[in-house]
Amino acid sequence: MSERIGVYVCHCGTNIAGKVDIDKVVEFAKGLDDVTLVREYKFMCSDPGQSLIQKDIEDGLINRVVVASCSPLMHEKTFRNVCTRGGLNEYLFAMANIREQCSWVHVDEAQTTEKAKDLIEASVRRVALQVPLTKREVPINPQTLVIGGGIAGIQAALDLADAGKKVILIEKEPSIGGHMAKFDKTFPTLDCSACILTPKMVSVGQHENIELLSWSEVEDISGYVGNFNIKIRKKARYVDAELCNGCGACWEKCPGTRVPRKGNVHEKLSLGPTTSIYMPFMQAVPAIPVIDTETCIRFKNGKCGICAAVCERNAIKYDMEDEIVEFEVGNIILATGFQTFDPEPVKRYGYGRFDNVMTAIEFEIMNCASGNTGGKILMADGKEPKSIGIVHCVGSRDKHYNEYCSRVCCMYALKYSHLIKEKIDAEVYEFYIDLRCFGKGYEEFYDRLLGEDVRFVRGKVAEVTEVPIEEAEKGKLVVEVEDTLVGMVRRIPLDMVVLCTGLEAHESLPDVAGLCSVSIGKDGFVIEKHPKLGPVATATDGVFIAGCCQSPKDIPDTVAQASAASSAVLSMITREKIEIESATASVDEDKCSGCKLCNSLCPYLAIKYDEEKGVSVVNEALCKGCGTCAAGCPSNAISAKHFEDRQIFAEIKGILSA
Amino acid sequence: MKLKGGIYWGSGCGGCDVAVLDIHEKILDVAEKVDFLFWPIALDFKYDDVRAMDDGEFDLVLYNGAIRNSENEEIAKLLRRKTKTLVALGACAHIGGLPSLANYHTKQSMFDRVYSETESTDNPDGTVPLEKSIVDGNGLELPRFYNTVKTLDQVVDVDYYLPGCPPVPQQIVNALTAVFNGELPPKGSIIGAGTRTLCDECPREKEEKEISEIKRPLNMIPDPEKCLLEQGLICLGPVTREGCGARCINSGVPCRGCYGPLEEVHDQGIRMISALASVLGPKEEKEIDAVLDGIVDPLRTFHRFSTAASILRRKMI
Repeated sequence: MSERIGVYVCHCGTNIAGKVDIDKVVEFAKGLDDVTLVREYKFMCSDPGQSLIQKDIEDGLINRVVVASCSPLMHEKTFRNVCTRGGLNEYLFAMANIREQCSWVHVDEAQTTEKAKDLIEASVRRVALQVPLTKREVPINPQTLVIGGGIAGIQAALDLADAGKKVILIEKEPSIGGHMAKFDKTFPTLDCSACILTPKMVSVGQHENIELLSWSEVEDISGYVGNFNIKIRKKARYVDAELCNGCGACWEKCPGTRVPRKGNVHEKLSLGPTTSIYMPFMQAVPAIPVIDTETCIRFKNGKCGICAAVCERNAIKYDMEDEIVEFEVGNIILATGFQTFDPEPVKRYGYGRFDNVMTAIEFEIMNCASGNTGGKILMADGKEPKSIGIVHCVGSRDKHYNEYCSRVCCMYALKYSHLIKEKIDAEVYEFYIDLRCFGKGYEEFYDRLLGEDVRFVRGKVAEVTEVPIEEAEKGKLVVEVEDTLVGMVRRIPLDMVVLCTGLEAHESLPDVAGLCSVSIGKDGFVIEKHPKLGPVATATDGVFIAGCCQSPKDIPDTVAQASAASSAVLSMITREKIEIESATASVDEDKCSGCKLCNSLCPYLAIKYDEEKGVSVVNEALCKGCGTCAAGCPSNAISAKHFEDRQIFAEIKGILSA
Repeated sequence: MKLKGGIYWGSGCGGCDVAVLDIHEKILDVAEKVDFLFWPIALDFKYDDVRAMDDGEFDLVLYNGAIRNSENEEIAKLLRRKTKTLVALGACAHIGGLPSLANYHTKQSMFDRVYSETESTDNPDGTVPLEKSIVDGNGLELPRFYNTVKTLDQVVDVDYYLPGCPPVPQQIVNALTAVFNGELPPKGSIIGAGTRTLCDECPREKEEKEISEIKRPLNMIPDPEKCLLEQGLICLGPVTREGCGARCINSGVPCRGCYGPLEEVHDQGIRMISALASVLGPKEEKEIDAVLDGIVDPLRTFHRFSTAASILRRKMI
């Protein structure tokens, strides 16, 4: 063989050198076939480290490069670029991961050193068989899809649209606004949520660069960075958006009941009309109602038709059907948001059993000035409570439910205390484990609450019960809690209990993430490209994330991440072109028997059957090099460039050779 | 001058020998060109006759059958030495064949089954074959029975492979003709078979595949026009070399893989598993499991003929 392989072993400070005997590894590498030189350096990724490789290539000493250092996710690009600068095709480079897969995960030094040798031998054998490939570029479609119309999606869409780029914003609910539209006040500044949100919502609705599709869901996503094909299902509203002027005559006359009109105060909570034809709240964008077919009398038995009769513009269309629309976009921002933890399974807190145990979201709606209580804090029977307990960490920081901290509950709980004190004369208890007031102005807000006669009890609530022990507890909800500061178990009788339910990724996330080939972690949230250095990107090029689909966040963090995501997208669009994978698949027509087994496998629809030749053909412009067809091909007629069988088997033999 | 030829029968069923005879009257043409100096099934020559020959004296030896015991191996090595060209004839010599299904057992477990456990065994003394035994002062020696069945090329260097269980007679004729005319391909090649998979010569209509139920030939009559795999039958055609003329498939029986894999396919069975897995219809884990449960004895189904040549080679011991 005429290959001249250079092996570069990185110490990574003590990250690798602390566990791997570098000298032994270097000696070993020198003895491998085709290896002409071996060097070691403290940080191969540093400028001097990179120069070592570049110089050796330029001096004609080597024509293939192996760097034994960290994960290719970290620095493959760095070293590929070094090869290119030195004048070597970057596909003649291989990386041996002796950090993440070796020094970081093993204890015994001798064994760690042996494993490092195996990994290096694998890369050396592989690189000897690698072949040069040519880079390809594709144009980036400047249009962006934003999935989710909460504050994250709204901010991202506006940033892009204001920069002159077209955005398709889709929202599965009838209106954009998300959770923020349900809040009365926001912590810690106590801004009116609607006052700061609705101007943004209106801008979205009116923006010439934003195509807003509410009451719509993503049906399918195909393609790749720069060139995604999107199918969206526009669910039937049964109201013609072109004709409707949002006058409200329909819901004023509608006899259907979406939200029960009878029942206690808490059961009837609603922000918008309680009828079957409704708007979710009065500031909805678009201001077009939708028919809830579950409760609409017309849809149940065909006997009503009042809304159509009262609509002066004949906008009601009972025969409307779902419509599939298709778009092409270059990038996607996921902003699917959160849902709150359902506390029903936590039986000891009595949600669903006791009328006056409510969730945080219910309490928000009750507090909201535009809700049907007019912002009044009421018990289920309509009376004003004299005492309220706020229970923290329901479904968060709890290994039975979600282990993570939901990050916003402490602060909204403090906000509740303030709102209660502001509105009524009631005793307020906060039952907390730790108070996490970490944001700007948050600690100050807590400090302010300490002066508002709120009782803070440090302890996880054991139970909420209606069974009295003492006279004073009769007819009350009793919170049993170990007060860890006093060191005793206390029973506190209260009129009402609010459960600070934690945040979970929205139930629609797994499906949407699946469509964009984005991974979800065990906590249910999207896994970002890098937890610190790539928090708005994902492992799939062209798919970005904003807001609570990545992790629980408050509004400022969500908005910041949304702007970051849109700036990442803008950076992509501004490039106009993007380099795409050269490691594509190709069919050896002499071997292909035309069995058509691969035809349905390609996620990018790059494989077609050529009737004339009787063979399957890969369109390399569409191929992303995922390798699915190469693995599926029974004849070995398809090979994935850069991942050829012979390269992989050489690698395996290298691993097993010691 | 006539060529000197030999045919040997290792661990096999004898079907390959019969396949040679199945070339019918063309055997006369062969006999005109070749003197067979060794062919245990047809001619009375002894091992010592072969031992007495010069090294490389044979022009051509066809070895059929796998390597099951020390005798198979000894004769394989002897013939290798005595012949210029050694051809692995048939699936057993080529990729292990049916005998190599025994690799999912051990010698001990097979002896236990055969000599004491089967329903029809009557062996109160527990007699089992021994390599050396003495009866009435007379010694008897048997070949050593191996734990693992091997292919011919796992014990000796093989020049060509003529696949099939058994090879199609016409392909044997073609291969012999190539030898007579000195038109042999590079060493190590497959002769008497094509370079693509069976799907290439299969006349059935093929569409994009989506398999949502695995069926067996015993409980369905397949549509005569459509791809058998698409009908849910496990047909190894997509991973099997063409050359047999699609005989099974034309009779409505799915391919079982006797012609072995294509070049550079390291493991026929695993290829099929990965090909099949990629065209399963259901996407949910439970539904996928339900479809896969329809595969009776997957290991032996996918590696029916190729266990010895597979990456696994045998069950772990």
